Amino acid sequence: MNSIEVDHLTKKFGDFTAVNEISFQVKEGEIFGFLGANGAGKTTAIKMMSGLLQPTSGTAIVAGYDVVTQPKLIKRNIGYMSQRFSLYNDLTVFENMQLFGTIYKIPRKELKKRIMDSLAALDMTKQANLLVHSIPLGWKQKLAFATAILHKPKIVFLDEPTSGVDPIVRREFWNLIYETASTGVTILVTTHYMDEAEYCHRISIMADGNIRLLGTPEELKQQVGVNTINDVFVEYVKH
Amino acid sequence: MNALSVQKVSKVYNKTVQALRDITFEIREGELFGLVGPDGAGKSTLFNILTTLLLPDSGDIKILDMDLIADYKAVRQVIGYLPGTFSLYPDLSVKENLDFFAVMYKSDIEANMDLIRPIWRQIEPFSKRKAGKLSGGMKQKLALCCALIHRPRILFLDEPTTGVDPVSRKEFWEILQAIRTQGITVLVSTPYMDEATLCDRIALIQNGSILGIDTPEAIMKHFRGSLYTFRSADIFSLLNALKQCPLQCNYYPYGEHCHIAFYEDMEKAMPQFLQFLEEQHQEHGEITAIQPSIEDCFIEIVKMNSHE
Repeated sequence: MNSIEVDHLTKKFGDFTAVNEISFQVKEGEIFGFLGANGAGKTTAIKMMSGLLQPTSGTAIVAGYDVVTQPKLIKRNIGYMSQRFSLYNDLTVFENMQLFGTIYKIPRKELKKRIMDSLAALDMTKQANLLVHSIPLGWKQKLAFATAILHKPKIVFLDEPTSGVDPIVRREFWNLIYETASTGVTILVTTHYMDEAEYCHRISIMADGNIRLLGTPEELKQQVGVNTINDVFVEYVKH
Repeated sequence: MNALSVQKVSKVYNKTVQALRDITFEIREGELFGLVGPDGAGKSTLFNILTTLLLPDSGDIKILDMDLIADYKAVRQVIGYLPGTFSLYPDLSVKENLDFFAVMYKSDIEANMDLIRPIWRQIEPFSKRKAGKLSGGMKQKLALCCALIHRPRILFLDEPTTGVDPVSRKEFWEILQAIRTQGITVLVSTPYMDEATLCDRIALIQNGSILGIDTPEAIMKHFRGSLYTFRSADIFSLLNALKQCPLQCNYYPYGEHCHIAFYEDMEKAMPQFLQFLEEQHQEHGEITAIQPSIEDCFIEIVKMNSHE
């Protein structure tokens, strides 16, 4: 079954076409890498798929709901970890999770249990009462991810979750992604680390608002005739 | 002459957090020096100290033979700084930002145009656009122009390519290589290991201490384990299985491959490892010995230090 079905999705800002008739599907439990240059239209596309921005034309069905007519239902059924802002620095680890859990209307008792389970899984139980600004970036990112899936969404959108994170924590983060996907949650992730693109089941590469390439990492490398996704990317984004 | 000499610099925040501990290193004039380390290692604290924005608790720092603290005003004239977060004026245009920095440094844009021309040419078509409306790569190029417009002798770049796509990153490093041919010393921090190999020398920093300083080639030569690479049909299942591996080893995904560093006598260990994979029903491709990359070295050094 498909979790995401995007059909000729388009967004124009005045004369500028940020996203130009993109079409693709993502299967349930799939890890889909959504790659592209800075300014290629990735974030705009994610905002449309998550019901935050109305498309100019085209449709997208996300978690079974239509982005144009049912944006509220989409927001309830997805998790979203944004590029920059994700947690409140002046709240504690626990308070952040409590806040997001409450927004998603998770019952109080159930919420407390989920938060404690989630922190235990991250090995962060001891940090529950620390202010978020005092913990390292890598931990913040893992925490932001755990917070984004606290309400058990069917799909999670991750916009550059590992930007600036060191090689070890990046791998720990991807382990979290794999674990989450193995429970049937669909993951759509953007990254500028091309080794991470190799961890995805399938990837698409966007340039100037269009999807230029789409397939498994192996297929794309064969198609372009190069050995790494980095070379695929450089080849396609340059032109 | 050394462009920069840092001797036993320490910094503690709020009496509890030791951000830097006896940091000592030197950078030669004209060198491209990389500072590589995980989040919270102390990289930005060090940048803030070296750019006269923060006082160290102890230690001596000399920039081009000037004392960093006593001569801070003179130091500011010879350094350029690109902070980790975008720090230009988002509601001024591209050109207005450049003019502003040139005026603040009493510098003449025309006189220094030769230095920034290759970068400026790329953003000039957008010179009337507000800086806040530029794409990530363009913002960095503008910030670099502003940091160079007074022709500094030392350039400090705090994670200039974080969040920047591979094509723009490559362009940015080509620009850096061009800048150094002008005799400008560069200190750059990065979380991208492939960029570390483009530096003359690098310092690995963790928990406020420097773990090692050397050329990238020498660091790669000092890898302690025996490193192998192989492919697996299901890397997640493989990584889970490896948790049970009885051998002294360190394993992690590396793009489409799994890398595994053994700390064993390989003649005995390899047959044991193959047997282990078979017992775990792990299908795998050919297991090949490889030379470590800087990323492998970084992972090894950080793991060794966290165990010791």
